[in-house]
Amino acid sequence: MGAFLDFSNVSFAYHTKAGETPALNNVSFQVEEGEFVSVVGPSGCGKSTILSLIAGLLVPEEGSISFNGENTGIGYMLQKDHLFEWRSVYKNCILGLEIRKQKTEENLMRVENMLIQYGLMPFRNARPSELSGGLRQRAALIRTLALNPQLLLLDEPFSALDYQTRLAVGSDICEIIRNEHKTALLVTHDLSEAITLGSRILVLSKRPTRIIYDAGIQFPEGLSALQKRNTKEFQDYFQTVWEVLNNGKA
Amino acid sequence: MAKHKDTWSNQERYIRKQKKDRRMINFWRVAGVIFLLGIWELAGRMGWLDTFIFSGPVKIVQCFCRMLRSQDLLRHTWITLKETLISFLLMIGIGTAFAMLLWRFERLAKICEPYFVVLNSLPKSALAPLLLVWLGANMRTIIVSGISIGVFGVILNLHTGFLKVDPEQIKLIETLGGGRKDVLSKVVLPSTLPILISVMKVNIGLSLVGVVIGEFFAASEGLGYLIIYGSQVFKLDMVVMSIALLCILTILFYQAIQLLEKSILNRFTL
Repeated sequence: MGAFLDFSNVSFAYHTKAGETPALNNVSFQVEEGEFVSVVGPSGCGKSTILSLIAGLLVPEEGSISFNGENTGIGYMLQKDHLFEWRSVYKNCILGLEIRKQKTEENLMRVENMLIQYGLMPFRNARPSELSGGLRQRAALIRTLALNPQLLLLDEPFSALDYQTRLAVGSDICEIIRNEHKTALLVTHDLSEAITLGSRILVLSKRPTRIIYDAGIQFPEGLSALQKRNTKEFQDYFQTVWEVLNNGKA
Repeated sequence: MAKHKDTWSNQERYIRKQKKDRRMINFWRVAGVIFLLGIWELAGRMGWLDTFIFSGPVKIVQCFCRMLRSQDLLRHTWITLKETLISFLLMIGIGTAFAMLLWRFERLAKICEPYFVVLNSLPKSALAPLLLVWLGANMRTIIVSGISIGVFGVILNLHTGFLKVDPEQIKLIETLGGGRKDVLSKVVLPSTLPILISVMKVNIGLSLVGVVIGEFFAASEGLGYLIIYGSQVFKLDMVVMSIALLCILTILFYQAIQLLEKSILNRFTL
């Protein structure tokens, strides 16, 4: 049986009048079910392109992307929460169900349950502007999870938050994702975030992008993302990834 | 017991100053009109102005009462009001539909853009004689004149607004599995509602202009007709009174749109 996600020999370039910009050059990696993979790399290296390709928003020019498993739904979280102010929090959460015409009782129930579980029930009928940055991200995550995707693509979902909120929300959101037993790919430019949140890290090179480092991350059991930052392991991982990024090779 | 001045907090002082300013502005707005009307009336009575040509406030009010009694005035006003509302609704409807079409089909937008820009800057009153010949001296001509004056601006403004929607919001809909139709109905239209309302604010007045131009050429009733008729038979009271009524209509239209804006934007503010 193949991997949960098989990203195989994929190449992709952007085309404009000014010329061709190669984004990915023969990139391959696999993700197993239940993994939480952090993807880091220099800015503009094509991290987001990888997510767009997996989500089917872009089509690879060469290579293939395949999923093992029936109906591997894909959920996507963008940099900003993009909750629409003209909809209540609840209506925002069921946006995907509305679009896919899947407003079944079961799905709506799941949304209600997540609202309760993740502390948004008191704000069910509120406007998004009444929520704090952290609650907004939770609402955005519920909107993504409403469609019950097996694979979550997180495109720097915490980068719009201030540093303090970001630390709290980052671990909070990842906790929820683990809790819901989802496989996830997190794109970020924050090394600490990548190391403390992921169970594996992929480091990309400058354009045209290749994978220059791929390793599992392990911390002692039971540590929060914040606690992980104070461990020796964290410093070692950080040092290694930092050097890889700076040298452009492992 | 009123608080002594010294015990007012800075906040109270600020609020009082704001209220006083507002009262003063309102006072001078009204006083200015009364003053000008007074001078006008006085100038007529003292013989400084020829009231046959320049009319006067009292004569205008007399004319208003006379025409109101004969019920003519209500009919003329109603006709203009009706034509303006029909033109306005059609202008906004047609404009929005076209803007949506241009948004949906980018190539079509690129092909049409220069034509819309030219048509938008063309003085539409130049079209009125043509419309009269093509459509005849009837309400159709007047309504088309009312539509034509603003419709191209509506299309251009709304289309520009549609294009300014945050691409990330569009991407969100795509990541949730939505197509162009979903993007339009879930993001583009709701997020450009404030633009639509500001377009409506500008164009309710413009459709009145278009309707009056149309009435100049093609009507036998309506306030535009009264203005032309009055000037031809030298009933200047009637002309000025009709113009005053047009001013009042404009104010009413504007207030109506503002009410609409408040009720809608309260629910949809960004």
